[in-house]
Amino acid sequence: MTRGLKKNPVDFLFGTLTGIASLSVVVLIGGIFFALLIESIPAIERFGIIRFITTVDWDPVAEVFGAASTLYGTAVTTVLSLLFAIPVAIGIAIFITEIAPSFLKGPIGTAIELLAAIPSIIYGMWGLFTLAPIMEEYIEPFLQGSLGRVPLLGILFQGTPMGIDLFTASVILSIMIIPFTASVARDSFNLTPSIVKESAYAVGATKWEVVKDVVLPYSKLGVFGGVVLSLGRALGETMAVAFVLGNNHQITSSLFDAAATITVSLANEFTEADTDIYLSSLYYLALLLFVMSFITLAIAKLFLLRAERRYSR
Amino acid sequence: MDALEIEVKALNFYYGQVHALKEINLPVYKNRVTALIGPSGCGKTTLLRCFNRMHDLYPGNRYRGEIIFKGRNILADNIDLIDLRSRIGMVFQKPTPFPMSIFDNIAYGLKLRGIRRRSELSERVERALRHAALWDEVKDKLNESAYALSGGQQQRLVIARALAVEPEVLLFDEPTSALDPISTAKIEELAVELKKEVTIIIVTHNMQQAARISDWTGFLMLGELIEFDRTDKIFTSPSQKLTEDYITGRFG
Repeated sequence: MTRGLKKNPVDFLFGTLTGIASLSVVVLIGGIFFALLIESIPAIERFGIIRFITTVDWDPVAEVFGAASTLYGTAVTTVLSLLFAIPVAIGIAIFITEIAPSFLKGPIGTAIELLAAIPSIIYGMWGLFTLAPIMEEYIEPFLQGSLGRVPLLGILFQGTPMGIDLFTASVILSIMIIPFTASVARDSFNLTPSIVKESAYAVGATKWEVVKDVVLPYSKLGVFGGVVLSLGRALGETMAVAFVLGNNHQITSSLFDAAATITVSLANEFTEADTDIYLSSLYYLALLLFVMSFITLAIAKLFLLRAERRYSR
Repeated sequence: MDALEIEVKALNFYYGQVHALKEINLPVYKNRVTALIGPSGCGKTTLLRCFNRMHDLYPGNRYRGEIIFKGRNILADNIDLIDLRSRIGMVFQKPTPFPMSIFDNIAYGLKLRGIRRRSELSERVERALRHAALWDEVKDKLNESAYALSGGQQQRLVIARALAVEPEVLLFDEPTSALDPISTAKIEELAVELKKEVTIIIVTHNMQQAARISDWTGFLMLGELIEFDRTDKIFTSPSQKLTEDYITGRFG
């Protein structure tokens, strides 16, 4: 009986073609990784690993390159954007799954997906021409006048507000990652069995108590996975931040200063890289970003997988 | 002498356009077990979920008629649902522990009511677990996750959780449909024991179960209450032909 199956030429062709298609992904990832690695070798040999990531200087003239300033910029914009985005995204997800009347669920869900569909270059342009002036004129002076006077916290809000800085870049990034966080959170919330929610209502819980005590604990793994996924997205985002960050290689305590992220310096500097070591250092930065994104994505997948397994029991 | 706890008067229920319950009149007696039986889709679970207004969670549901409890119509608009649901508790088809410890599961309803004192919480959690015949099995692991318990234990945990807020009525929606025979027997025993303190309404697919544990039985079909009587009467000499056909297994 199985003889017929094994020799069916269409099935064989079908299996081979889909197999090749899938294998090509693995080959591509490996290929990109090795290309980055090979190109970075001169910089790795010259600056090492620890020294490269702890050196702040990025001086093409003196040919001293370190990743610390771009890593710092990447970390600050990523963390800050998550900080802005997570509460809003979770609020959206709670509203869509538990609170909104059914005639609102569809339109809001679609609007969120549309937000995710806007090309990042448009966010960048909007950020530069619309958001940055607003930040410069209203929001940043206001923050400086209020939070800027608080001891310790105040150092985050020093300097002249220019609108082209870490703060504006983080706000743009947060708007970009809200849709991702919100949709993953929404899907996780929907995994909470309605019978468990009903049980909470049945002991006299209010809507807020059901969300807080049942839905959120039930879906925290999934939500966390979504957050890490957004983190990966924020790490790699280029165009939206390139416009509003200023590409200035420095480590600064104020959020109102220009800075650089890995992606932004890559986008800005490849055309200017006139020496081999400069070029190789840029590749080295790219390699770092590749590894960071890879690890982030792996962690996210792990959590989402665990979440799914837990609920499918 | 059976005293009236709840009285259902000319109750109609609609899921949107679907007329799911038609002119139901039904007494529920205090400290008795009332079973609701009938073929799938007959409306017995729908009826049960009217008693704690569970239908209000979903849009498009509509009640007409009255359910009188403590002299008030609980279907009225001005009823405090939170209060109603703490007086009329519910246990579902599948065990529904919350994602928290055994202790916190039981204490949950109490905390919602503002009880914070540790000593009072501990005392009432223990009492509820004893009532649900679960205390001896869990007293050494109160801080462990409720998910670590077996299905039958989880269902008794859920019963304890409902009991902790000291309701007057407990609604059971096919509470043993996901359990093995031994766990089922324990839940049945428990229901009979609990009726000393609470009034029980149970929906069940299992006619032997209804016969074993209930005092009164209502038989529903296609959204109508065909017959309501003492359980022994229903199962030995029903007055309606439909009831007889159903309990003798001619359909359903």
